[in-house]
Formats: sequence, structure tokens, C-alpha cells
Amino acid sequence: MSTGTTKLDVVVSDVVPVNELVTRFHFRRRDGQLLPTFSGGAHVVVEMRDGERTRLNPYSLMGSPLDTREYTISVRRDDVGRGGSLFMHRNVRPGMEMVISYPVNLFSLDLRARKHLMLAGGIGITPFMAQTAQLAADGGNFELHYTCRTASLGTYADVLRERYDRRVRLYHDDRDERIELDRLLSSQPLGTHLYVCGPSGMIDWVRDRAAALGWPAETVHFEHFAAPQPGAPFDVTLAVSGKTIRVGEQQSLLEAVEAAGVDPPYLCRGGVCGQCETNVISSDGKFIHNDHWLSEEEHRCGKKIMPCVSRFEGRSLVLER
Amino acid sequence: MYAVNIEPHVLGPKGSVLENLIDVDEHYVAEMQDRALVLAEDPLRCQSLPHMTLAGWDLLELLMEQQALGYPEHFTLTRDGDRWRWINRPLGIDDTFTFGDVSTLPYGPMEYITRQSQGDFCILDQRDGNLWMDAGMVTTQADWSLDFDIGMNFFEWHAPVPLAHEKGIFVRALKFLTNIQQGKPARRLNWTMTVNPRLDTSPENYHKWGPDRTTVTPENVGDKVHLRVELQSFWRLPRSNGIVFPIRCYLIKMDELVTQPKWARRLHRVIRDLPEELVNYKGLTRYRPTLLEWLSKLDDGSPTSAGFGPD
Repeated sequence: MSTGTTKLDVVVSDVVPVNELVTRFHFRRRDGQLLPTFSGGAHVVVEMRDGERTRLNPYSLMGSPLDTREYTISVRRDDVGRGGSLFMHRNVRPGMEMVISYPVNLFSLDLRARKHLMLAGGIGITPFMAQTAQLAADGGNFELHYTCRTASLGTYADVLRERYDRRVRLYHDDRDERIELDRLLSSQPLGTHLYVCGPSGMIDWVRDRAAALGWPAETVHFEHFAAPQPGAPFDVTLAVSGKTIRVGEQQSLLEAVEAAGVDPPYLCRGGVCGQCETNVISSDGKFIHNDHWLSEEEHRCGKKIMPCVSRFEGRSLVLER
Repeated sequence: MYAVNIEPHVLGPKGSVLENLIDVDEHYVAEMQDRALVLAEDPLRCQSLPHMTLAGWDLLELLMEQQALGYPEHFTLTRDGDRWRWINRPLGIDDTFTFGDVSTLPYGPMEYITRQSQGDFCILDQRDGNLWMDAGMVTTQADWSLDFDIGMNFFEWHAPVPLAHEKGIFVRALKFLTNIQQGKPARRLNWTMTVNPRLDTSPENYHKWGPDRTTVTPENVGDKVHLRVELQSFWRLPRSNGIVFPIRCYLIKMDELVTQPKWARRLHRVIRDLPEELVNYKGLTRYRPTLLEWLSKLDDGSPTSAGFGPD
């Protein structure tokens, strides 16, 4: 039985520029019904039909889980990415019909926590928008530390400050404001859970310091929102389906497999959920592993690849698909 | 010995237990009264750790929606924002409450709705790549205890199951269950046998039902021994991101089961070929020879057709 999610037929109900890089998109159900309830930290996969090409990109739901009349996502424009965010910014207009997945949560709140300490970097703020709304509605104890490049790029910083006042602390890179991480991590009450979402470097830094300061691993939660990186084209043989495919420069391996009519299961398309894990039958070349799912040992062995984010350079690659 | 029998939990044929995703049948009122009696004697059959209240509301919504959808003549749910009205005609209940506000219900949300829903319910919290038995209403179980298992993870509460750990079954099952998605429930069947048509065969009450196993004779086996089939379904809960695992028990006595020659032949072969470890785990050891002897007379050796439906 294949896993994966049910699809939702939606219409774009609003498109709102938030700042020079970020635009917010609102979706409602085409049939006028309520959308499924979700939990803070959940994402949906947005299907983008761009001519011949279909892109499937995950975005965190950022509205309140208590309001299911519409879903909202915020998309940061990435001028050197593979084009998904540019498509959203340039092509998506109010009234457009789109297809999104049911919500999936891979960055769930630990509801045992007596306090939720949240660290956001840049567009990594989006899952916390929903999580803070969920916690605030039920008197939950949280504190949010949010780092952004400049005040004008502090997406939703004003909204969060207005909603939660001193429970939100802002740090601006251009003013040399830095989170005093060690002090912050050393001064939390017992039962605190730590959540971090932002650039990889920030996640690694926070996880390392938390580990060094004695935080149990099960109290540290993180979400990488890495999109697949473009790279040199490469050829792949799919042994089970008997197909040979070419992965384009702007295409992920998973997208190329799907374009050939083979549908591996997936949930996150960002290298964290493990669903699309694929066995390597043989290879002659170098793997470019970009996932957070396989262990370092598995990366070295070259027996497995996560086609949603990882690539290959070399003479031949045969996969069990 | 073990079969992978997980499939999507979708609607089945009219008149079957799968006609609705949450089955309500002619035993509804009696089973709810039985549950109330068990709870009065032993309140620990219903437990919910403090962080599981939100999951309880998720379950309340699921069961009210499904029961009202499948049986509108018996149940009606009216929602006006947070203000919900729930009418349960068979039990004479008409309550208006505020969704999310525990002070507006006579019990916590999980206990409230599972006192009105057939079957046991385990609510599993998902964290650290595992599932944790952190809440449940368990009054009709086959010899396991919520009070003992509460707070355990998936591997811990399955520890007593023989032969399955070595085969890696629980690692694969956990991987499957942690990826169950909203709107896509799954199901499986499980079975054991029970002497006399008892729903509550709990360790807490072993002194009441355990001795029944010594009472099976060649004369009464058809009436006393029951096949117990559990319809287990798995649902992702939307607000809490937990999983609810309803376990609905159905009993059929041997005399009724053997009215279908295919079932008689197959059960004989299953009981005959069951590994010793599973015979012991299922608690059949003492009366298995009597049962086998009785069933063997109904097995003419001809093949059985695929599937569990009668021929």
C-alpha cells in the first residue's frame, strides 16, 4: 500500500506581498467547504503546473489551526533556486485553481512541554506562526527568538510583536544583534522544549550548543526547510520499471522519476521524512547527498539515496525503482 | 504465521461491519452499559496523560462526525463555531458544549465520547520517531492492560508478542504507522479466542474469566468457544498530530462459525498448525486439543477459497 497524502482542490483567494522577498498566498477550497484541521508545524505540498513541468514544493502552513476557512503560506523568492518560488511570485494570481496536499506535520509541538522555546531564522518563522497561534489559544507557555537580516526583512515580526508582545524577541543582523544562545539555553526551566527552524547553519549551531549544554536530544526539535538544489544533469537507470531517465539541471531526481511515470511515495520533498528512500543497485561516480534522513555511514556506503534532494555526478547510476 | 494484512480503511459492502468506518451495531446500548459497569469497578480502564487532552478533542470530533454520518437516525451533531450540540438517541443524551473547553462536558473529551462508542480506543502520541500509549479507553480487551502499558512506547507495549520482534515486524509496522496521514486511515484484523462471550478479558479480571478455560468439554465446545476478531483501524488526529487506534471486538461462537464449511475447514487448519509460542500467547493451550478434535470432524480436506468471505 502506498503512503502519501490526499489532494485538495483549492483556489487562490488572495496574494499579498509582505516585503521585498516574501509573498503570502491564501487558499480556499473550491467546493466552499472548510479545509481539514491541522496542527502547528504542518506543511502542505503545493503543485505548480508550469507548462510541461510540474513542481511540488512543501510550504509550512502559517495561519491559525483554529481557522480552517483558508490556508496561508509565505514564499520567499529565491532568484537562484530551481524556479518554484519564482513561479509562485510571478505566475500565481488570485482566482487561480491549484492543487495542494493534505497537511502533514513533521515538526510537531511536544505537548508535554511546560514551556516551548522557539528559535527562528528568516523565513523559518512560518511554522512558528501557526504554533504560536495554537499555543496562545490554549494559554500555552512559549517564547520566540527571531533573527532576521534587517527590520524590513523581518517577515511578520510586527504581527508577532503585536500579538505576543514581550514573548517575542527580535534580532537584526544589520544591527549586529545576536541571540545570546548559551545564556538562553542555560536559563530555561525544567520541562522546556526547544524548537529551531531556519538556515542549516543556524540549526547546526543551536543543536550543537544545546547538546553541549546538556539538553536531552528528545527535547530539541528542528525543521530543515532546504529545497532541492540545482546541479549538473545526470542519467539514471530505473531497474524495476526498466527506464532510463535524464535529471535536468533544475529538476530533482524525484521529479525526474515522477516525470517518467514512476511514483515513489513522498511526504516532505525536503530530505527529512524518509518516504522516498531508494536503494542503489550500482553506481560509478559520486553522490551528492543533501538529505537529513540517511546516516553519515549510509551516505558513505552509497547503497541508498534520497531522490527528493540528492544528486549524482559520474558515469552510471542504477536505482531500484 | 504472521501476515501483513494492512489495507486502506475505506467503505466496504452494505450490511457488513465496513458499511461505515466507525461501526455501530445492535449491541450498542448493551456494550455501552457494559463499559459503564467496568469503569465503575475499575476507573483506571480509562486514562489520559495530561498532554493528551487535545488528542481527546480530536477523537471526540472524529467519533461524533463518523457516527452522525453513518447513523443519522441515531446521532446528530450540530456545530456553530465552538458551540456544538450532540444528540445520541439510543442513550438519551442531548448535550450542548463548547469544543475545546473541558469544563462544559461531564467527563474529559476522550472519556465522554468513548462512553458512547463501541470498541476500545488507544490514543498514541507521536514523538522521537516512536508512538507512545499515552491515553486510552480499554474495557473490552484480550488480556492486556492499559494501566500497565500507559506511557510505554510501541516496542515496549508489544514486548510480550512472540516471534514478531525477531522478524522485524514491529520496526516495519512503526514506520508505517508514523507515516499514516490525515484523511487516509488504515486497518487490519487481529484474532484470538475467548471462552464464553465476554468482552472484558482483562488481566485485572483474570480471576473471573481465566477459569472458564478449564470448562471446555467436547459437549460444550461449540457453544462456549468463540473466535474473537478485532477490527483495528489507525487514524491521524489533526490537531494533536497523534494517532488513534480503535480496536473493535467481534465474537462468534463455534456453532455459528461452522455453519460455513469453508470457515470450519480453515479454522481447523489454523488451530492445528499454529506455532506453540502463539498457542500459548493467545491462551489456547488448555482447550486446544478439545477444540481441534471437534473441528477436525468438519474438515474434509478440500481446499478453501481465497479471502475470508463464505463460499
